[in-house]
Amino acid sequence: MALDKPYKDVPGTIIFDADQSRKGYWLNQFCTSLMKAENRARFKADERAYLDEWPMTEEQKLAVMARDLNWCMRTGGNIYFLARIGATDGLSFQQMAGSMTGMTEAEYRDMMVKGGRSAEGNRYLGEDGDAQPHRQPQGAAGKKGN
Amino acid sequence: MAKITASVYTSHVPAIGVALDLGKTQEPYWQPLFAGYEPSKQWMKDNKPDVIFLVYNDHATAFSLEVIPTFAIGCAAEFEPADEGWGPRPVPKVIGHPELASHIAQSVIQQDFDLTIVNKMPVDHGLTVPLSLMCGEQDPKTGAWPCPVIPFHVNVVQYPVPSGRRCFQLGQAIRKAVESYDEPLKVQIWGTGGMSHQLQGARAGLINREWDNAWLDQLIADPKACSETPHIDYVREAGSEGIELVMWLIARGAMSDVNADGAGGAAPTVKHRFYHVPASNTAVGHLILENNA
Repeated sequence: MALDKPYKDVPGTIIFDADQSRKGYWLNQFCTSLMKAENRARFKADERAYLDEWPMTEEQKLAVMARDLNWCMRTGGNIYFLARIGATDGLSFQQMAGSMTGMTEAEYRDMMVKGGRSAEGNRYLGEDGDAQPHRQPQGAAGKKGN
Repeated sequence: MAKITASVYTSHVPAIGVALDLGKTQEPYWQPLFAGYEPSKQWMKDNKPDVIFLVYNDHATAFSLEVIPTFAIGCAAEFEPADEGWGPRPVPKVIGHPELASHIAQSVIQQDFDLTIVNKMPVDHGLTVPLSLMCGEQDPKTGAWPCPVIPFHVNVVQYPVPSGRRCFQLGQAIRKAVESYDEPLKVQIWGTGGMSHQLQGARAGLINREWDNAWLDQLIADPKACSETPHIDYVREAGSEGIELVMWLIARGAMSDVNADGAGGAAPTVKHRFYHVPASNTAVGHLILENNA
């Protein structure tokens, strides 16, 4: 019998459960390796060569090189592990989190200073909050195309 | 006999550590947050414990995906601040209390909680940021934390995290364990993490001030009901990382008004309550509860 996964209908959210963890095992282990300064240096010197030392999928490697954290998460990445890539790039958690919304760094920081993102309309898929799929990307990036 | 004198609850946002370490506490962005902890630092000086039992979660630092313990108790003599990728925080090493930690491990395991025992564990911001907030800044070489600390890690990285109910029951078992230790130690239990925050996806930045404060009210007044909050409510209302709040229920369950067998002692006194948005991506909540029984 399938396990109950009530968290599948939360918009803009991937819960890092056992299935995601299995998919992302080597991606996340690669990230863990970046906690050592010498590995950070080797990764920065030649990203592709360093990634090729790990049994990750090609898609995971491309997602890392693109620094697309949403893509990394879809392939099994977890934010606490992915944060090691951000640390290697000198980014803060706020810059990393903001990068997943499509907002600029200033837009995201401004949203947080004003009290953060509201839960209204963002609890269930199909509502009309700003985290819903039909309202991406957010910020000025989302307005340009319309 | 050892006893639990008080419980402390606080968020453990990494950016707070960065602000402290870079001397930014008086900047307009951070000043209101640190002002909220001024009474707490004084309270710590006035109520210095012999040991702090500090419930936190490791953030993929000591534990990668190779081993994921649900509950892990640090029994070592000391714990080094971890390099989380930005270099270790410039704070003193954490001195453990191996005798009390081993005693608690033995007692709690015999009360049917299958703890993982850890004798080597670097400690990350989840543990050191609450210490800095409550004890003030300390020189990494010449300074020291005011007392030994027993680190207690809870898995909140890979779902499912332990339920609020289980955490609340574990707190009760920890209290029994502490009260069966012969030496008359004053022990504080701290629950850390939360409050509402989400660090991932299009929903990153979620904050829910109303829900957080209602949850705090219930944690204080009716902790058993609070412990029944299902996982999905934390995710939906407080963000995917807001689920860290289950750790606060371990500390609350260890207070003397909580008794699984019937009536407990007197309700604790709320010595301090503080709430602030934002610290980076996160809503910061903070409580100090003193035991009366």
